[in-house]
Amino acid sequence: MRWGIGRDRYKVTPGLYAVGQPDEHSPVLVSANYKLSFDALRRELQKIDAWILVIDTKGINVWCAAGKGTFGTEEIIRRVKSSRLNEIVSHRQLILPQLGAPGVAAHEVTKQTGYRVIYGPVRASDLPAFLHSGLQATPEMRRVTFNTKERLILTPVELVMMNKVSGWTLLALFLLGGIGPSILSLSDMWQRGLAASAVYLAGLVVGAVLTPILLPWIPGAVLAWKGFLTGTAAALLICILVAGHLSLANTVALLLALPAVSSYCAMNFTGSTTFTSPSGVEKEMRRAIPLQALAVLGAGIAWFWGNFSAGL
Amino acid sequence: MKYLKNVVTLQFDQDKCTGCTLCTRVCPHGVFVMQEAKAALTDRDRCMECGACAKNCAFEAISVNAGVGCAGAIVKGWLTGEEPSCDCGGSC
Repeated sequence: MRWGIGRDRYKVTPGLYAVGQPDEHSPVLVSANYKLSFDALRRELQKIDAWILVIDTKGINVWCAAGKGTFGTEEIIRRVKSSRLNEIVSHRQLILPQLGAPGVAAHEVTKQTGYRVIYGPVRASDLPAFLHSGLQATPEMRRVTFNTKERLILTPVELVMMNKVSGWTLLALFLLGGIGPSILSLSDMWQRGLAASAVYLAGLVVGAVLTPILLPWIPGAVLAWKGFLTGTAAALLICILVAGHLSLANTVALLLALPAVSSYCAMNFTGSTTFTSPSGVEKEMRRAIPLQALAVLGAGIAWFWGNFSAGL
Repeated sequence: MKYLKNVVTLQFDQDKCTGCTLCTRVCPHGVFVMQEAKAALTDRDRCMECGACAKNCAFEAISVNAGVGCAGAIVKGWLTGEEPSCDCGGSC
């Protein structure tokens, strides 16, 4: 599931659900119909009697759905009415996950339904404490974190997302690897294609897995820069490990290509982070992409040059 | 973790603030805090432009150009000339 396999089928039917033995005084918690969110919510509420109003977010989690507006004012108003919540509970309070707030105008929901919107904690695991303290959230409950474990579980999906691009890149590298003094050589293709692919894959792993994990400890604020640093470190390490076996041209190609790929992959991680702003990401991309492209071009030239000069 | 400085589009008009405290509750990074019965913008560079505060301010005291911070979506936005959206099949 975390790998992105079958994630499109992970939906819960929208509507009103009961956990425990809720009555007319029990709290109503609003949730997205993404199965991972819904299951997490039910798990945390094991010893609590509550209603869960699942709204239709097309199987997308609260945060992303709120960003799109599918976890939004209109859908909540519609579900409150269609589930006949008025006949089931006597109070007029909805508890929303705080991360749904970008999509919901609380005052609009109140105006249209008569229900007061209370934003609960960011994490479902804080819900029992929140409910027991009379719906008071501590500042910690209101903060989004991004610790090592949270970053780690996001990395597989980053790799899978790159699958299609990676497939074509590897194919291209093998084909280009074959171009040399003997026009098209199969053994060259195999050897050089393999070496180039290894460099590409190393860049991918360093940029999309290692960089996210090491994120807070890598200097700088820009993700593309962080990816470049780890990529450069990895390239230098490879240079040391294979010292003497690498031609000058290939060393140059390695030192340019690996950091560029790593930098690009790390930049893509901005979509998963919890602290980057779209304005900032756009700014960093405008600066980084031309440099990354230039580095890849330089690496390509060095690589080709190496292929031809080696055959002379 | 801090991100780039002085890039976010978040604007706050304290004169319109009525002190309802909602923005301090919905912000996932504690950008707003209450000071003398009104909200105050104290940590602007931590803003990730999610738009929760502006959307929930009934008094239109806050504005922000909220959007998707995914590199893939931004590239697609550049190419198609549309607003970046999550619909590229990305993780968000």
